[in-house]
Amino acid sequence: MDPRALIRAFIEDNFVLHGSAKALEDDTSLLDTGRVDSTGVLTLVAYIEDTFGVAVSDEDLVPENFDSIDRIVAYVERSGALAQEAS
Amino acid sequence: MTRPALTPAVLDFDAAQVTERLVTQLRHEVVETLGKRGVSLGVSGGIDSATVLMLAVRAMGPENVVALAMPERESSDESLSLARELCKVAGTELVVEDITTTLEAAGCYRRRDEAIRELVPEFGAGWRCKLALGNTAGYQITYVVVQAPGGEPRKVRPTARAYNTIVAASNFKQRTRKMMEYFHADRMGFAVAGTPNLLEYDQGFFVKGGDGLADVKPICKLYKTQVYRLAAHLGVPQSILSRPPTTDTFSMPQSQEEFYFTLPYPQMDLCLYALDHGYTAEETAPAVELPVERVQRTFDFIQRKRVATKHLHLPPIPIEPG
Repeated sequence: MDPRALIRAFIEDNFVLHGSAKALEDDTSLLDTGRVDSTGVLTLVAYIEDTFGVAVSDEDLVPENFDSIDRIVAYVERSGALAQEAS
Repeated sequence: MTRPALTPAVLDFDAAQVTERLVTQLRHEVVETLGKRGVSLGVSGGIDSATVLMLAVRAMGPENVVALAMPERESSDESLSLARELCKVAGTELVVEDITTTLEAAGCYRRRDEAIRELVPEFGAGWRCKLALGNTAGYQITYVVVQAPGGEPRKVRPTARAYNTIVAASNFKQRTRKMMEYFHADRMGFAVAGTPNLLEYDQGFFVKGGDGLADVKPICKLYKTQVYRLAAHLGVPQSILSRPPTTDTFSMPQSQEEFYFTLPYPQMDLCLYALDHGYTAEETAPAVELPVERVQRTFDFIQRKRVATKHLHLPPIPIEPG
């Protein structure tokens, strides 16, 4: 499964109940729709770290990186590319 | 019509008049609505419970008030001595119920420490801990802070599972205290008075079934700034008026700002007032002496807390069979 599908499936499985019944678009804000709060984001980050082998630093833990499926995919791709360059 | 500029003066009030109204209504609700003849409450040595105690004494008479101090092995000694000083001024007896053994039996400390060890395996005897908000913009991430004996505090980002378990275990403290308040209320035919102020009440800064549980909440419509003014009017001792607000829940000192509110209460009060009265972040910024973006972030924070804690305010929901 590609990263986008995995991330969407995880969010739908874990956070859809927290938000409205409105469709979750790839650019929907997870904070503004009440789906992911500050505790929820810890669950999300643990999943990203475990699944994609990315270590999320405190500095990276901001809505710019985690507040929508689009942003998470971009973050994972960016981090993966950086990790590859480093190795 | 132009609206007056927002200033801290919007929270000014006539303390004597407000006292009179609160005392009259408190007496009416306890006696007429609840059918009780007195009030039981926990006194923590903090400003909110001190104010409620003084109001309760005026409303019901000192002989019809049970004031309870409920220390446990991690609470500060200062809390108990301030509670004693307060009760002397209020003319009530202070009942001291140490809840440590109850908390031990429920596994409060053990469950919490096990969750901390998932993050910091060496956490053990003599270590201290607390929860504290990080500075992460956008997310109000709460970190676990631990300190080895003689060591420096260390901040660790928790997993959701460990964080939730630490909070759930710590909530035994508030719930055990409430159980004790109801014991004394039932014994005496009294009602239980809760002590949240408007800021705590609005933002869900309480434990459901713990400090959020009560028969009557005398100051839950007063901003914290107003509680301080009322407390001074009611004769609450200076030692309590000048004590910085604390949660007194963890073994390391923890301010309310670092655990929940992110800003000192005078600024939080004004931001809450501004938001509820339709002031924009631009209009609010000068009154709270903060940049517009910081005010907007606080507005967002207030709204999100309301959404996140909505369930704490709901009564049990009856499910219809048919």
